Amino acid sequence: MSEARLFVLQRLSALVMAPMVLLHLGVILYATRAGLSAEAILARTGSTPLWPVFYTLFVLAVAVHVPIGLRNVLREWTSLGRAGVNAIAIGFGAISLLLGLRAVWAVSGWAS
Amino acid sequence: MADSNETLTVRLWRGDATEGDYHTFTVPRRENQTVLDVVTEIQRRHAPDLAYRFACRVGVCGSCAMMVNDTPRWTCRTHVSKVAGDGTLTVGPLRNMPVIRDLVADMTEFFDKWQKAGGRFQGSRTRAEPMAEVDTTSKARRHADASIECINCGVCYAACDVVGWDKDYLGPAALTRAWTLLNDTRHADQRGTLDRAMDQGGCGSCHTQGNCMRACPVGISPTGAIAGIKRMSLLDFLGMRGR
Repeated sequence: MSEARLFVLQRLSALVMAPMVLLHLGVILYATRAGLSAEAILARTGSTPLWPVFYTLFVLAVAVHVPIGLRNVLREWTSLGRAGVNAIAIGFGAISLLLGLRAVWAVSGWAS
Repeated sequence: MADSNETLTVRLWRGDATEGDYHTFTVPRRENQTVLDVVTEIQRRHAPDLAYRFACRVGVCGSCAMMVNDTPRWTCRTHVSKVAGDGTLTVGPLRNMPVIRDLVADMTEFFDKWQKAGGRFQGSRTRAEPMAEVDTTSKARRHADASIECINCGVCYAACDVVGWDKDYLGPAALTRAWTLLNDTRHADQRGTLDRAMDQGGCGSCHTQGNCMRACPVGISPTGAIAGIKRMSLLDFLGMRGR
């Protein structure tokens, strides 16, 4: 993929993430300040498909956005070759995607 | 006004590509003295073998750029009174370029990167055809106007920290050149220039620190040009790039 495409993907994923990060932070603040128990939180996140859908989108955006940025940082600050940097970025993206989706699955309540 | 008895202590880089250090010279302070005057005086009276570049002495050619007190400047347009308040001056070759000798930096890579960034104009008309009409009030032309006064002095390139640590980075001047071409309706290879300016080492590598913009002697904003190319690339991807 060309650098220009990666740049565009990073910007577009940032565009998606920006409001989601705010909402995500709001949810965290609300959940911890309101003193909700783990069960109460899980009951809420599993009560509607909106939360799993929201967080699936969030995870997808992160899995696109973060590896591209990580790749830029590694390329600039390390002597790893282009192939090495790409491999690390793709690997990191894949792990983020898997762990993220696994977490979404866990809080969705669909498994139980 | 400077007293004729006053002197100026100048630390001047002497050396070549492999080694060198700063040598100290003492020169008289004079009225309306520029840094280039000081360098010339040192060459005439103290170090006849001193290598340095200049041509026009009036801020047109851009060949006398050097590091003055660690800041890249046109030495011909820098008054000593502005930069040597404490009576000392440090002059060295432009940063981020290999040294040839003394104050002369090798600008080969700087110019090569112009080509790498797609800075070569490509016309589409023959001389038999009428001249292209450029709408001077158009947005594209205004963007081009804002950057077209670049004379390749290399000051922005020396001011840029990213150039210093990322050898692939094309630098502010080359990308500013690309931006003028992308806003030139006569330029036929728009695609090639946009692709090259956005390729590895292109606009994506810029950290938007703005050193280039602050250092530019003619007041161009390469930072703005790079932001413009990024914006154009995004709109191009979305199929919304207007001409």
